[in-house]
Amino acid sequence: MALQLRRKTHDSVIYIDRDSAPRIMPSGEDFILEDLPIGTRVLYPNPPIKGLPNREAAIRYALNHPHGCDPLFAQLEPGMRVTVAVDDISLPLPPMATPDIRQTILEIVLDMLAGHGVDDVHIIIANSLHRKMTEWEMKRMVGPRVFAEYYPDRYYNHDAEWADGMMKIGETKHGEPLSLNRRAAESDLLIYVNLNFVPMDGGHKSVAVGLCDYESLRAHHDPQTIRDSDSYMDPARSELNRRCVRLGKIVDEHLNVFHIETAINNRMYGADMDFLLKNEDDFTAFDRMKFEAMRFGMSKLPRPARRKLLHSRPSQYELIACHAGKTEPVHDRIVAKGFEQYAIPIRGQADILITGIPDISPYNVYSILNPLLVQVMALGYHFNFYRNKPLLKKGGVMIVHHPCFDDFDHNFHPSYIEFFNRLLPETRDAFILREKYEQEFANNPSYIEMYRRGNAYHGAHPFFMWYWGENGRQHVGKVIAAGAENAHVPAMLGWERADNLTEAIAMARSYMGNSAEITMLHQPMIGIADME
Amino acid sequence: MAGAAFYDLEGTLVSTNLVHTLSFYARRQQGLVSSFTKSATTLLSLPVFAVTDQYSRKVFNDLYFKRYKGQSEDRLRYFSRELFDEVIKPAVFPGTYELIEKSRQLGLRQVVITGALDLSVAPLMEHLNIKEFVTNRLEFVNGVATGRLLPPVMAAATKASWIRTYAEKEGISLSDSYAYTDSMSDLPMLSIVGHPAVIHPDMRLKQTALHHDWPILNLK
Repeated sequence: MALQLRRKTHDSVIYIDRDSAPRIMPSGEDFILEDLPIGTRVLYPNPPIKGLPNREAAIRYALNHPHGCDPLFAQLEPGMRVTVAVDDISLPLPPMATPDIRQTILEIVLDMLAGHGVDDVHIIIANSLHRKMTEWEMKRMVGPRVFAEYYPDRYYNHDAEWADGMMKIGETKHGEPLSLNRRAAESDLLIYVNLNFVPMDGGHKSVAVGLCDYESLRAHHDPQTIRDSDSYMDPARSELNRRCVRLGKIVDEHLNVFHIETAINNRMYGADMDFLLKNEDDFTAFDRMKFEAMRFGMSKLPRPARRKLLHSRPSQYELIACHAGKTEPVHDRIVAKGFEQYAIPIRGQADILITGIPDISPYNVYSILNPLLVQVMALGYHFNFYRNKPLLKKGGVMIVHHPCFDDFDHNFHPSYIEFFNRLLPETRDAFILREKYEQEFANNPSYIEMYRRGNAYHGAHPFFMWYWGENGRQHVGKVIAAGAENAHVPAMLGWERADNLTEAIAMARSYMGNSAEITMLHQPMIGIADME
Repeated sequence: MAGAAFYDLEGTLVSTNLVHTLSFYARRQQGLVSSFTKSATTLLSLPVFAVTDQYSRKVFNDLYFKRYKGQSEDRLRYFSRELFDEVIKPAVFPGTYELIEKSRQLGLRQVVITGALDLSVAPLMEHLNIKEFVTNRLEFVNGVATGRLLPPVMAAATKASWIRTYAEKEGISLSDSYAYTDSMSDLPMLSIVGHPAVIHPDMRLKQTALHHDWPILNLK
């Protein structure tokens, strides 16, 4: 890359020079310090936008000044049937400090419904084929008052495998079927309470995906759709988004949806761990002390305890925007606000992209980041955090830092285990996997029962996780797992392994050349590389 | 080649076990004294049953079925419908119906293999619409139970052996078949199918299931 590209283009972009401090990288449940080669470009998340001073007022204002429809209170009539659907535990990450924004919205909305004589109200968690939330998680998300009043009869998880609980809504002209939760579909009013964490969230995806069944989902959660989404974090270039919009039109034809969307800033950690969001060159002595104390403390703990500790730290996100009304105008505004927080202007693609994989993903809340989830974080989420064009050149090398332990949660991810051990040794081709095995897993009675009565992800979910990495898998020339504690997990994923980052960079340079441009995503990277 | 779903019964699809059946019949002896005596001895036998079941299923069966010695076949059959209505039907796990239905939708043949007695199982099979089931059968001489079982005795490896023979005869692919049980003694049955799963396992079976990455179901 020409030297001019190394000019500082944005406050969130740092170049490593001779005097730079080592950088902190997450690697599973650990945080490591790494000296990066001189010239390495490091992308930090933008500073958090200041949260709204009175979020209750912002929510009330949004409900009373909606986009494209009457205010919520004007749509209410005594005796009507209302369903409130809410996003599940997969966002934000980690789960936010209480009160959760969903709790605040629900308390306001439910009071308004009660005040207008609306008694027939159900709250449904729009978990789609995700695991059902546990009782404790459900209580934490909505607060004790709502929980006590509605759980379990009127506050429950969506069940995509309950045939009587689903209802066929229609089909797009492209042949995509749509079945939705019957209670939601038959309600006079469906209120959707969204929490937008990344640009892929929200919009028509909320109802059309969150409340659908397997057959509806598989129509767009497929390898080709992901390949055609460049990237799925960029709604304008996302085939997945286009398909969701098509389905959303059908939803709007049949249901009266009042969408409440929220945007949050990226303040993932509170004062105890906020140094993880800072440029290491700007660390104060206190920041260094906090980091060393954390590292020392964590080093004395076994991995499950470290994981437990990290998962017990609630995030400190703040509400920065709330809009309500018809899905599309609401979503456009929230996405724009989200990009205001996330977008980092970047010039020039990298030859080598480095990213540490933290123990955080939408699919392992209070659980293990198993090998398939490491894959989805690397080639799915981290790779796709771009707009316009990939941050990594076509054929470039992606270095991920993670122990790649062969460990799965038997309660949450039972079908992942079979997928990983039985299918991946046979093929990594997403199209073959879909054709040959997806429906077998989806219809496996054991997995269905574990999804319905337990807290397991749906039998087909590991396939979607594999497809989720399809765009990245087609783009990168090579993935190197640095710090992998075994050889077989990277091999099963089709990756190479290295003992440490230095070795991985040397391997990547031998492939891309010694003058290869290196970029590192400084995790936790809640940001989008806005490529020129 | 088609597959099948093989189920253990007690503890797997229903919450009752062999002792519930024995207790039911103990309470329905001729005369109060006899009923009381039989119930009391059944109660006192429970620790022995528990220990022997952990030690060996065969020893458990030998001890357990001896308790039926002297019972008339007519009486056992007469009360079997009442046993189903009062004890077994309420004990069917809610998820049992869904599991069987989903399995049936896959085109799998539904087969129950249980160590329970035929006379207590038949009404339940009718209720679950399962046509193929194999059970243990008491030996009767002149209409009176001897306390012994007619071979083959369904337990542990015998179940696996029966499944193998059945699969061969019926052209069933064991690789495409499923097996469900709650008991460690059914490990052989789990080992021979392509899709083993455990339901409400005890500690030992749970550890085994975790070790082998088998699904662990809860139908309650």
